[in-house]
This record gives sequence, C-alpha cells and structure tokens, in this order.
Amino acid sequence: MMAPLSLLRMRFLMGLQYRAAAAAGIMTQLFFGFIFIMVYVAFYTHSGAAQPMTLKEVVAYIWLQQMFLAFIMIWSSDGELFQMIIGGNIAYELCRPWRLYPIWYAKLLAARLSSAALRCLPIAFVVFFLPEPYRFSPPASPAALLLFAASLFAGLLLVVAISMFIYISVFWTMSPVGSLLVVSVAGDFLSGKIVPVPLMPGWMQTIAHLLPFRWTVDFPFRVYTGHIGVQEALAGLAAQMIWLAVLVAAGMWLMRRALRRVVVQGG
Amino acid sequence: MSLITLQGIGKKFKVAKRSAGFAEAVKALFVREHAIVEALRDISFTVREGEIVGYIGPNGAGKSTTIKIMSGVLVPDAGTCSIMGYTPWADRVRYVRHIGVVFGQRSQLWWDVPVIDSFELLRDIYAIPPNVYQRNLDTLTEMLDLRDIVRTPVRQLSLGQRMRCEIAASLLHDPAILFLDEPTIGLDAASKIAVRNFIKTINRERGVTVILTTHDMNDIEALADRILMIGRGMLLYDGTLSELRSRYGTRRTITVEYKGAASPIDVTGVECLSWSSGRAVYTFNADQIVIADLINRLAEGGELADVEIESPPVDELILQLYKEHRV
Repeated sequence: MMAPLSLLRMRFLMGLQYRAAAAAGIMTQLFFGFIFIMVYVAFYTHSGAAQPMTLKEVVAYIWLQQMFLAFIMIWSSDGELFQMIIGGNIAYELCRPWRLYPIWYAKLLAARLSSAALRCLPIAFVVFFLPEPYRFSPPASPAALLLFAASLFAGLLLVVAISMFIYISVFWTMSPVGSLLVVSVAGDFLSGKIVPVPLMPGWMQTIAHLLPFRWTVDFPFRVYTGHIGVQEALAGLAAQMIWLAVLVAAGMWLMRRALRRVVVQGG
Repeated sequence: MSLITLQGIGKKFKVAKRSAGFAEAVKALFVREHAIVEALRDISFTVREGEIVGYIGPNGAGKSTTIKIMSGVLVPDAGTCSIMGYTPWADRVRYVRHIGVVFGQRSQLWWDVPVIDSFELLRDIYAIPPNVYQRNLDTLTEMLDLRDIVRTPVRQLSLGQRMRCEIAASLLHDPAILFLDEPTIGLDAASKIAVRNFIKTINRERGVTVILTTHDMNDIEALADRILMIGRGMLLYDGTLSELRSRYGTRRTITVEYKGAASPIDVTGVECLSWSSGRAVYTFNADQIVIADLINRLAEGGELADVEIESPPVDELILQLYKEHRV
C-alpha cells in the first residue's frame, strides 16, 4: 500500500509548512486552557460538596484536551474532500485504483497527526512549568501513561471514523453545514470536551455512556490522570475497538451506497 | 473482438434542489426536492482496439455521462458494459489501472505544488515501477514539450500548459485506453494542434485506444476515424466522417470573381446567394450539377479571375443531423 503512505507524507509536509498557523494555534490553546481552568478553580473553591474528580485531575484533563485538540475535534474537517464531492472532482478520485473509504480515512488521519505533532510538545513544555493550580501533573503511573497512549490513539481512530460519516453525508445533502453542525454539537458535548463526563448530571452520563463519543476524549484523558484504573482501562480499550469496528463497517457500507448513486457535479 | 462493448446503457439523474441559506442547509439534511433527468437512453456501441472514436453531441446530450460510466465513475441504471473484460463500475479498482482519463474541465494535478510532485504521487498511487515511470516521464516530457514547466506550481501554468500536463498525467501508467472529455476546451490554436498531434502519435505508436468528446469539429476532422453522435441521451449516428459527408454534405458553395463586367447566369438547381458586378456566390447540389458544366456556364458570363468551391464545414453537417433528429 504505497498510496496511503505517500499521501500521508505529502499531507504531513504540507502541515509542517504552516508554522505561523501552528504558533497561533499554540497561543490560542494556552489561552483557552487558562480560561477553562479559572472557571473550574472558582467552581471548586466555592462548591462545598465533594466532586467526582479532583481539581488536579480536571486541570490535567483540560491541558490534555488543549494539547491533543487536533485529535478530538470532530468538526475539524478537510475542505478539500467536501469540495471534491460538491465540485465534482470526485470523478478523478474514482478513476484511481483505490477504494475511497480507506484512502479518505488515511488522508484525514494524516491531517490530524500533522496538526497535533506541531502543537502537542510545545504546549506540554509550557504547562509542566506553570504555577499551581495551573500546573499540568505527570501521569498517574507508567502503566497509566502506556494505556493513555494506546487509548488516545484508539480515540483518534474513532474520531476519524465518526468524521467520515460527515463526508459521506455530503453525497446526499450536498452541503456539509448541517451534518457538521449536528455531529459537532452532539460530539463536543457527549465526548466530555466541554464538561468532563463524571461532572455531568446522572441522566446525561447515561446518554454519554451509550454513545461512542466519550471514548474519544473522556476515556483516554481520565486514564492518564488515573481516574480510570488499569483494569477498567483495559476493558475500555476493548470497548473502543468494538466501537471502531462497528463505525468503520457502517461507514464503508454507507460509502458503497453513496458511490452507487454518486452524481458528478458540474458536468 | 471488440475492446469496449456497451449494451443498452441507461442513466437517470435525480437533480436535487435547495435554496440558499443556512436554515435551508440544515433542512437539506432531512428533506430534499428533486427532478428526474434522463441523461442516457439505451446506448449501445462497440469499439475495437486501436480506434480513435470522436464522441459528439450538443451540451447536455450525455457525452460526459457516457465517459464517466465507461471510466467507472458512475453506475448506470440499465444495461451492460464490458471493457477489456471488466465491468467498469463493478470492478472499478482493478479496471481503472488500464485506463487514463482526462476531464478537460477539471484538474487532477495538485494545485499548489509543482507538476512533478503530482506525477510522483500518481506514480505511487498506481504503483508504477521506477524504470517504467522514468521511461514514460521522459517520452511524455519530450513529446508534450514539458521540460520547462514540470517544476512550476500548477496554479502558475497557462491553460494550454496545464492541459498538456493533464494529458501526460493520465498516461504515466501505460493505459490501454484513453478517455478524453473535452481535451481541447479553451485552448488556443497552437495548443490544440499540439494536443491533436500527440493523441495521433500515441494512438499510432503505442496502440492506445482513444475515445474523445469535443465540440471542436476540427478535432474530429483531424483525429477521428469514426464518430458517434449522441443527442438527448440517444445514439443518433455511428459511422465515419466521410459517410456523414456523403449523406448530408452534397451541397457546395461556389464563389466566382470576374476580371471585368459580367452578367449573372440562370441554371436550374443553382441558387444565387449574392451577386455584384465583380463577384458572385452560388450554391448547388453536387449530386445534380456537373461542376465542369457549371464553370463553363459561369465563364460565358465574363472573364473569370478566380473560382472557389467549398464543401460545408463539419459543424454544418452536425447541425443538419441535429435538425433531422430534432435534438
């Protein structure tokens, strides 16, 4: 499989070219991290009751979010693919000896990897040396770090699999706006990106646990802080794999249907 | 044994409609409106190996749709198609290795990077062996005169330069069949001639079967041994250009210039289009009038300076065909 690797390389190099964008991104992420943590600090100081997550865990959770934003933003999308479907250049894409689902999956994965590669380490470097309570704490244990890496990567694969549905939907809707909106609002919230899942009300936690989104944000980040133990983390990794298999299978099936009825726009 | 066989191909399009605006975009997720357009109706033809076939018809006749079905992009609603033993849409991934496609109105080259990067990506996509790639790149660079432009970003190329690169890109993997959808659209005369010569050469030297659509009848005259004409989704004519000429092209125009004063002639079957003291234009049917006789009659009217006889250009033949079939 030369083609996906070659595409990945090209995408990675393209991403590396945009240094100014990466620098601006780092500043933005630090800014948002501070704001979120300030809100939680206020919340933890003034609420009497014991919370399901400690402030330290929440702070680590938020910084991880900012570091790996490119891995968890479902709505971060590749305009080129949308343009291909809407503008009709899909005709050329279909003249190539490859299957569309794997190749688009590889493209999207490459875009996220290249985007995160530039941001994650500089942010980590800064936040490790911040004063308390803003300091980013190290992982709970070496095992937690290892399981975190595995679950984060599995989460990334899940995010790409979920975002594929947005692209596939455009074959029907001819506009990404609607599906992007629905998936990203639902996804951002139910993944624990806005509020960590343990801090949600009970009924909302039930919904979050029924859907795949929480396995992309909530699960890997809480594995890092040790809020989710080793045993539970291993079971969670299995659950991630099952979700991944289901979503990829469903995506491939839908893509096949989409291509059977594909219309090349613009003559 | 024919290389390409289409049998009763039909294709309908559901054309979705949506008004502008954000609310409409969200609505489009749930409710859509559409109209049905019948793009192709019962299209059947065969193409032998090594042929150059011109596929012509007015805008919206279904030319591009046919090309897209034959190149595995679209799935027809009816009929069968067998190309080199493959069904294009069903065996797409294995089949497309053997074909090259150029959609004249689109670009397969990556916009921001030099052309050579796109070529190398295509080399990886098609897994072209390095020696084959190098050989093809060298010959294509030579034949299409690309030496000075392969290192330029695509966005800075002129249309003619880009089209030459597009054609090169579609031939890097040694396809047996080349589909060209309006390869000369928007090109100047020099680029058109370069593209035509190239198509002829690869057809002759590499035996590549070529199917091209075009609106430029000069393309057809220069290239196609055979033309297929389509209108309103139906195949209207399948044959050679000379056959078409003998069926519809018997009308001739004769322009006469006299040295001095002359008088008009009156011959039945010859119609005078314009007449001034030094110059006359007549039209007649070559089946009914013997040209030598006509010239003799014209010479009787005055001393001839120049005589010019013209057959109708191909465009007019095509227009007549359209008219006959009410396209």
